[in-house]
Amino acid sequence: MAKADRRKERLDRGIKVRSDGIYALLSWRELAYLVLPRLVLIVGLLVLPLVMPSLYWQRVISNVCLYALLALSFDFLAHYVGLVSLGGALFIGVGAYIAALLNKYLGFSIILTIPIASIAGAAICTLLLLPCLPLRGVYFAIVSLMYPLAAMRIIEALNIFGGTDGIMGIDSFPSSWAEQYFVIVMVLLFLFGLRRLVNLDIGLVFRGVKDNDQAVRASGMSITYYKSVAVFIASIMGCLAGACLTHIYMFSGISLFALDFSILPIAATVIGGGGTLAGPVIGCFILVPISELLREFGTLRIAFYAVILMAFIVFKSEGLMVYGQRKYHQFERWVKI
Amino acid sequence: MQILIYGTINSIALTLMALGFALVYGISRVPNFAHGAIYVVAGFITWTCLKALGLSYFLSALIAILITGVIGAMIYRFMLIRVRGMAISEIIASYAIGLAILEGLRWGGFKGMTYTLPLFIPGSVNLAGVPVDIHRLLLIGIGAAVIVLLWLFTHYTRIGLALRGMAQDERAALMLGIDSDLMALLATAFGSMLAGLAAIVLLPLGNIVVEAGYNVLILAIAVCIVGGLGSWMGAVLAAFLIGFAQILTVVYLGSHYQMVVALLAIIFTLILRPSGLFGQQKELEERV
Repeated sequence: MAKADRRKERLDRGIKVRSDGIYALLSWRELAYLVLPRLVLIVGLLVLPLVMPSLYWQRVISNVCLYALLALSFDFLAHYVGLVSLGGALFIGVGAYIAALLNKYLGFSIILTIPIASIAGAAICTLLLLPCLPLRGVYFAIVSLMYPLAAMRIIEALNIFGGTDGIMGIDSFPSSWAEQYFVIVMVLLFLFGLRRLVNLDIGLVFRGVKDNDQAVRASGMSITYYKSVAVFIASIMGCLAGACLTHIYMFSGISLFALDFSILPIAATVIGGGGTLAGPVIGCFILVPISELLREFGTLRIAFYAVILMAFIVFKSEGLMVYGQRKYHQFERWVKI
Repeated sequence: MQILIYGTINSIALTLMALGFALVYGISRVPNFAHGAIYVVAGFITWTCLKALGLSYFLSALIAILITGVIGAMIYRFMLIRVRGMAISEIIASYAIGLAILEGLRWGGFKGMTYTLPLFIPGSVNLAGVPVDIHRLLLIGIGAAVIVLLWLFTHYTRIGLALRGMAQDERAALMLGIDSDLMALLATAFGSMLAGLAAIVLLPLGNIVVEAGYNVLILAIAVCIVGGLGSWMGAVLAAFLIGFAQILTVVYLGSHYQMVVALLAIIFTLILRPSGLFGQQKELEERV
């Protein structure tokens, strides 16, 4: 057949249809079809620290998980609520500074600082972003890009919180195992929690806000309220990542508002597949180790993932996870038109 | 008096930086976030032509402007054209291009050493008791000339009118036989050339550094947003507003706050009037 008179047809696999409902419980095969992909991810993540050869690569795992948390928050906001936040570094910075201040000046232990920093940081971020929540699309993206930059300049200008030197000498995690497993469990918890959340009633409203906010408003619901709830949830993840980061590196400074934390999660989401929630996590597992390998090239790393980001967004915008899901659930064949 | 003179100079400088961005966004509705990168690239090309190849100043400036125009056209032709209409992809893609160029330059060794362009005409004059470089005076002249020329261009030439038609209503423009992709390509090229021009005029006042790319981008966005995206007069007025505000903060608060002013201006304008001071387009659609 010539290229002009054929097209690709995609059909759901039989096993997908059979395992859609409660009948999946009837056979081990259907159960395995459903559970296996999830199990691979969970077990893989839990085993990963055990098989890593060196302390250095174990630290990389923690990094991957922190970026994964950020990427999850970006994906959730962008693809389920319609708020594209280019300023993930704001969440990291706020969480990190709160944890650092609590630990350094009030002497709180790490068990207290991380939850407090997550919740209080999320509240602060939500309050900061509250005035610009009525904005949408490009406008919200630009404002959110400005926030971390502004925070950086303000800390620099006012010379507060240690100014340009930052805050040093913060407690670390008790052991590297505690550190890794804490972040891994958090990633899994938030990943599956979010997947559940977006299918609850409130998740439907979130998606309504994204697709047609006027319709949501016409139903008598406050858009700004739901947006702020969503931002709160997303910033809990970001601030948690920031708090962990500051304890892992025992340091908090204006470099935490840097571009890396805004760009890499976005790149990971684009590569992994937006709107799948698991995709961004996988994207982080690809991008962060690559960027570690490229560490000796210095700033070329940023150029490198800018190029990846560009290539994916322009030429292959669906992402790996969507591609994988399609191959897993469907088969394809050529049919004559 | 000092504030008045340097405020004016700063405002014209901001206008020069922002006009290119405003042109591209106002016309093709593609927010060209690679603007800052193009600005820096223009500086380096001029430097290369001038110092390494030994060409005359005027010739190297001309070459730099032409090359930046080509770069802008290529960015549109090969990248942005594919994501046109998808606002978020446009932003991320063009920002990624800018990032790749800037960080590539930084890695390529354009750091540490100082790269400077000579002033057009060295020396300074006293203006009402304030010493001002002749170059800065020239800058005012060039800036004013560019503003006037662009105004004439967009109001009285075929291409200029076509560009404005595109900005107002793309479908109607298409029906009248305006090739929207070609026009957007031209707009991107012109916008990049304006960025190149701004770089050549402004960079002799300081060093050519990669960080300038980010600062120029932020300032250009600030001016365009405060003035209203896509609005000419708005951009110029906003440049004067921010320009004077910056000089005032430098005089009374310290130079640390200079960037904070621009950032706060963006945030407050977007919150209070998302379409900017003078933007009329789509005001209702963009706010909920």
